[in-house]
Amino acid sequence: MASESEPICLHYEVPGNDFTRAGEASADLKARLKALGFPSAAVRRAAIALYEGEINLAIHAHGGHINVSVTPQRIDMLLWDEGPGIADIPLAMSEGYSTAPDEVRSLGFGAGMGLPNMKKYTDEFELTSTVGVGTRIAMAVYVS
Amino acid sequence: MKINDILSILDARLLTPNADLTRDVHTACGSDMMSDVLAFVKDQSVLVTGLNNPQVVRTADMMDMICIVFVRGKEPDAGILALAQEREIAVLCTRHTMFTACGLLYAHGLRGGVGSDGE
Ligand SMILES: Nc1ncnc2c1ncn2[C@@H]1O[C@H](COP(=O)(O)OP(=O)(O)OP(=O)(O)O)[C@@H](O)[C@H]1O
Ligand SMILES: [Mg+2]
Repeated sequence: MASESEPICLHYEVPGNDFTRAGEASADLKARLKALGFPSAAVRRAAIALYEGEINLAIHAHGGHINVSVTPQRIDMLLWDEGPGIADIPLAMSEGYSTAPDEVRSLGFGAGMGLPNMKKYTDEFELTSTVGVGTRIAMAVYVS
Repeated sequence: MKINDILSILDARLLTPNADLTRDVHTACGSDMMSDVLAFVKDQSVLVTGLNNPQVVRTADMMDMICIVFVRGKEPDAGILALAQEREIAVLCTRHTMFTACGLLYAHGLRGGVGSDGE
């Protein structure tokens, strides 16, 4: 496992509107955490939350950036983008709310469950956004 | 039930030749919306879907699922199959519709999973 003093830091760039590549970052994180011997429940929670965030970056924000920091105690994930931003955050956080267009829905996204899932699977979740500037999500999964 | 049983129950074709068909499966999830699949961690092992793109495999992978069934004869492309093979996920393709495929699997004992929303 990761040593106590030095967190493992990972960085990913998520391309916009690329449905083939979206998900690569979370798949990579999942494989690394597994290889490090983290408990499977924590690995799964972190991977699902990051996956939902990654898909959002690709479909709602023309791409974005991810920093992950891993210690034996916690998995911290920071996602940020320079996309359109979110005007009504409580509305965006509610189950079933989605602005995804039909073409995105036909690809299997747009149920309006991504942000609620991210909040559900993480122990810390903080979303800040400014319309026209971008969106930032800081979330953490406690390992035990 | 084993993956092998799903093959025969759904009269399906196996698209990942090296898959281990003797692996046990007890629970399944049928959906075309990936975030719905991701909403409930219930230790499902099979994903039944009419969606045909790489995110199906990524979603199944996130959920540690071991088998994907594409309904209505949808055939994933080589890239999708390679992604599945890499993750040791068995990929099956059946001519049945989503409704019929899920019904047949349920009738043969496959369930929605523990702590589920009414199965
Ligand atoms: N990074 C982002 N930038 C701008 N808007 C966003 C971003 N992330 C989410 N949103 C907005 O919040 C809404 C809800 O997001 P959420 O992830 O819950 O659902 P969805 O992406 O529409 O569908 P699903 O995640 O179920 O496939 C989105 O439809 C979109 O309007
Ligand atoms: Mg989403």
